[in-house]
Formats: sequence, C-alpha cells, structure tokens
Amino acid sequence: MKIIFEKRKSHSVAAMIAVPVISFVFSLILTGIMLAIFKANPFITFGAMFNGAFGSMMGFSETLVKAIPLMLTGLGISIAFKLKFWNIGAEGQLTMGGVATAGVVLFLGDSIPPTLLLPAALLTGVLAGALWAGIPAILKTSLNVDETLVTLMMNYVAIMFSEFLFYGPWRDPKGFGFPGSKAFPETVWLPRILGRAHIGLYFALVAAILLWIVFKRTRWGFELGIIGASPKAARYQGIAVGRNIVLAVFLSGALCGLAGATEVTGIARRLQQGLSIGYGYTAIIVAWMAQLNPIAVPFVAVLMAALLVGGDQVQMMMGLPAAMGIVMQGMMLFPMLAGSLFTEYRVKWIRAPKRAAACPEGEA
Amino acid sequence: MELINSILTITLRAGTSLVLATLGEIFTERSGVLNLGLEGIMLMGAVTGFAASYYTGNLVFALLVSMTVGAILALLHAFLSVTMRAKQVVSGLSITLFGSGFAAFLGQRLGPESNHFRLVGLSGARFEPFHPAVLGDIPIIGALVNQDIITYAVYLLIPLAWFFMYKTRPGLWLRAVGDDPQTADAMGVNVLRTRYLYTVFGGMLVALGGAHLSLSYTPGWTENITGGRGWIVIALVIFSMWNPSRAIWGALLFGGINAVQFRLQASGTNIPASFLNMMPYIVTILVLIFITWWETLSKKVGGPASLGTSYMREDK
Repeated sequence: MKIIFEKRKSHSVAAMIAVPVISFVFSLILTGIMLAIFKANPFITFGAMFNGAFGSMMGFSETLVKAIPLMLTGLGISIAFKLKFWNIGAEGQLTMGGVATAGVVLFLGDSIPPTLLLPAALLTGVLAGALWAGIPAILKTSLNVDETLVTLMMNYVAIMFSEFLFYGPWRDPKGFGFPGSKAFPETVWLPRILGRAHIGLYFALVAAILLWIVFKRTRWGFELGIIGASPKAARYQGIAVGRNIVLAVFLSGALCGLAGATEVTGIARRLQQGLSIGYGYTAIIVAWMAQLNPIAVPFVAVLMAALLVGGDQVQMMMGLPAAMGIVMQGMMLFPMLAGSLFTEYRVKWIRAPKRAAACPEGEA
Repeated sequence: MELINSILTITLRAGTSLVLATLGEIFTERSGVLNLGLEGIMLMGAVTGFAASYYTGNLVFALLVSMTVGAILALLHAFLSVTMRAKQVVSGLSITLFGSGFAAFLGQRLGPESNHFRLVGLSGARFEPFHPAVLGDIPIIGALVNQDIITYAVYLLIPLAWFFMYKTRPGLWLRAVGDDPQTADAMGVNVLRTRYLYTVFGGMLVALGGAHLSLSYTPGWTENITGGRGWIVIALVIFSMWNPSRAIWGALLFGGINAVQFRLQASGTNIPASFLNMMPYIVTILVLIFITWWETLSKKVGGPASLGTSYMREDK
C-alpha cells in the first residue's frame, strides 16, 4: 500500500473547519494527560478554567478584556502573514502604539481640546504602530533583510524603550516610587462596555469586517492575495509588489498600534509595566488558528483569551501554574500545522500491485 | 590589561551558549531546514537541565536530560516541516511559543513543595570555571583557560564541526541536501533522513546552549533566562555565513556586548540601563542589514539554496 499526496487546486473547506476543532480537542487531551502527570484532576481543572472564563459576568468581561488586544493584533498579523511577511513584531508595535498614545495624552493634553484629545491620542498610537512595522517592511523590500528577525528584535527595543520612559523621564513624581507615568485625565478614558471591557471591542469587530471586505471584494485585496501566493506571478501581472507589501505591513502595524492605544487608554489609563502580556505572540496563534480569515479571528481570540483567564483562575483557586493556558495554546499549534497538509493536499491510499513494489524506485 | 582580561573572560563565558546554539543551527540549516524554534528549545534545555541538576546534583545527567529534551522538540519540528510539510517558519515559531510557555509552566511546577513548586530562586549543582595553576594567571591566556568544561568543549567542537562539514563525505552529503535536494536524492542520499538527523542533532546542541545558561553563566532558573538569545543565534548563523569556523566571531561580538554592558552597569554610568540592554538587539539588526547588503553587493550568498523549502519527489 502506498500513500500519495496530491496537491489540491483549492483548499478543502471541510478540512479548514475540521482541523482547528480537532487541534483544540487534541490540545485538551494532551494537557489533560500532562495535568494527570502533575497530579491534578484534568476534568476539575478544565471545569474551573471554563468557569473562570465564562462562568460569571466578571469572568466573561475579563475574557473580553484580553480578547480585544488579541483580536486587533491577530487581525494585524493575519494581513502580514497572508503576504508571507512573517511579522512577529506585534508585541513591539503594540508597545509603541501605547507609548505614542501616552505621549500625546501626557504632553499635548493641554494644547488639544478635550474632545479631540482621545481621538488624536488613539490615531497617534495607530500611526506609531504602523511606522514601527514600516521599518522592517522597508528593510525587507529595499534590501531584502529578513523580517522575522528584525520584527522580533524590535520587540525588545520597544519594550525597553517604554521601560526607560516610565522608569525615567515619564515617571510620575508623585507615584511613591511606583514605576509608571502619571494617570491619564478622565477625558481620555476609553468608554467601557462591560466590566473593564472597553469599546476597543467595536473597533476590532469593525476592523475584522472591513478586512474581510477588503480581501474578498476589492482589487487591492485580490492583488495582495496574488502577492502572497507568488510574488513572481504578481510581478508578471504588473503589480507593484514592494509597495503593496509595505502598505499591507503598515496596516498590520497600525492594527497592533491600535491594540496598544486602546489598552493604555482603556485598561491601565497610564503607561506602566505590563502593557502587553505577550499578546503579540499569542496573536500569532490566533492568526494561524483562524487560518488568516479575518471573520474567524474574533472567535479564536475569545477562545485564546479564555485560556489565559482560565489559566489565571486555576492558579488562584488550585495553585496550578498560570502558564498552563499558554501551554494549551502552544499545543494547539502542532496538530494545526500537521493538519494543514490535509487542507493543501489530497491524501490517497493506493494499493500498489506487487510487481510495482518490487521495482527499483531509487529508494535510498 | 586587567580590564581587557576580565572583559574577555566574561565574553567567552557569555558567548559559549551562543556558539553552541549557532553550531547547532548551522547543521540544521545546512540540511535545508530552518528552525526558528531555537528560543523555545534553549528555554526548555535550560529549565530541564537546571531541574535535573537540582534534584540529582549530577551535571552530566543534567546535560543529557536537556539534550534529550532538545532532541524531542527538534524531532517535532522535523516531523512537522519535513514529513507534514508545514511551513518551516510557522512550525519553528510554534516550537518557540510552545517551548517558552512550557518552560515557564515547568518552572512553576517542577520545584519542591517548600518553594511552592517553583524553581525560581533555587540553586543546584553548576559548572565552575577551572583555574589552572600557571596558565590561569597569564593575561589573555588566562581568560581563555579560566572557563568551565563546556567552553572547553566548544573550543574542540568548532574545528571538528568545520572538518566534518568540509572535509568528510557525510559533510558533503549534508551540504548537498541543503543546496540541491533533487540532485542529492539522485546521488542516492536519503534527503528526508538527512534532514531529520541534522535537525535533531542541531536541537541537541541548541538545548545544550540553553543548559549552559542555567548551569553556568547565570546559574539557576528565571523565566526568559535566554532573553532572546535564540533569536540572536538565527542572526549569528547568517553572520557566520553557515560556516562553523566563523561561528565564533558572532558569538564573541555578542558575548563582548554582554561583557561591556556588564562592566558599564557595574561601574555606574549615566547611560540608562534600558539603553544598555537594548544594545544586543540593535546591533543584531544593524549586523543583519550590513550582512544582507554586503551579500547582495558581492553576489555571494553563502546560505543553503533550498533553505526553508520542503522536499518531495512528486513535487518536481
């Protein structure tokens, strides 16, 4: 018997839905085994996680709080990944978005009319994220510098820059030695919907729908699709590959910047430690689980956020490590990746005739 | 002289984990597999190595544990990217995401009950640097010999790796598989097996690099003990142009940055710590830009031609 992989003309829709679901179940089973090894009852643990994330209004609102930045960064990363531009710098772009937003609030608060201050601050954050992503994009398209490394290194630079600010010049002198900027005035607090969950949720949902329209219904989206599939083919068709990549990555960074801007005005309401708790990295999982489909991103983001909140919950209640949620997220990726073979290829089992099997095939 | 000596000593100590991981990744990439999972593998190597040394006090066992863990994670990468033909970039990223999460989890769970099951803050057996009687007191040479056994192993490993890759038949096959898998296949080299072999071997060296951090350079476990070294190594491989004999320079450069940073912080400068800490990352970006620019200019691309692509006979 022989297994043959045949490249599919278009991706299998059934496999695209089945693979993430199976991956999730697979991750549950593996984590369950791991919990059992560490002498914790997996059923009680999963129950507590679910309860923590969805069981109460308070828990659900916290899940949304974490889902909002994951949606925005997840959408941002999806755009870049569609073009095979491996932007793993969402963490840094988010941080720079938060820093720029805080900068506007802290230093231009008096010169901008109060009603315009919040929009101006958010826009600056968006712009900062876009520019921070723009550097690796331009390096990639002009000099062919590897974007994976540059975007990642820039994460460290951004985070340390923000630390420099709130430990140093931006530190609140009346903060009792607490590292962080002055608290923002109430005029720039992002309105909240439920608990601490803020209207960043609406931004994210609107962005998801707009992106879906862009990719499915516009010429630009179509061109980006061609670039992603084959830059060479795109070039033959007269598409400006470099310029489009830069534009798309700008957009990618802009969404990550927006995530930072809404975090800083919606949650902490000052610039301080822990602006991002690895959202930019989890967003890679979000984008991949959603198979880069903008409509799927919000749902996956809620699931991933639930794992984070649930992880915190089992830490508080059962003394299990909070990192468990992150481990579960990571474990989902492997079956996902293995499964992508089935969305791209058709697997055929062929019963080979005996004689053919005896033929020398050059099997070394 | 005293200053140079101490900077060189720290440079070599800090550079050891980088050289080990760089050599590992050179082997992996030479076979055509890009493994971006280094950061995760290093962290897992560091946490498991430290836990093993804490509980058994046996350093050789600790190294074996961490190398086994590295091999398993690399095997997973090989399975996903070679057999299942997942995109190597994404598969590697997944290894890093999973590895760093799992390492954090283990760090919060493997410890003794008295420490709330945490490994943070504990100390176990560690590699101590030697101090040979006469040689150890000579400047410069002293910096070279006042090192632990892993650094000594690195001194040996670099020429050996170079010799293997350029002067032996299996080394030739390895390079052939990375440069032109079709031809290598036609020559009778088993492409898939070669890729598996060197991905796993590379993963073991990478994990060893991680173990050197938790067992020697900064003994003990702290979350994110690697601080992005796994990523810096990816840049160092490009910097070395995939040649083991050049692996040492990049590692020395970055080890040197660490050492200077260390000195400056100890002497209390006016430069904020954040900016000093940024240096390795900014230098990595600059080096990367320079190398890429120089390679395009001189049309000399040292990288394996098939790097990052999966191989399948039917795909021809």
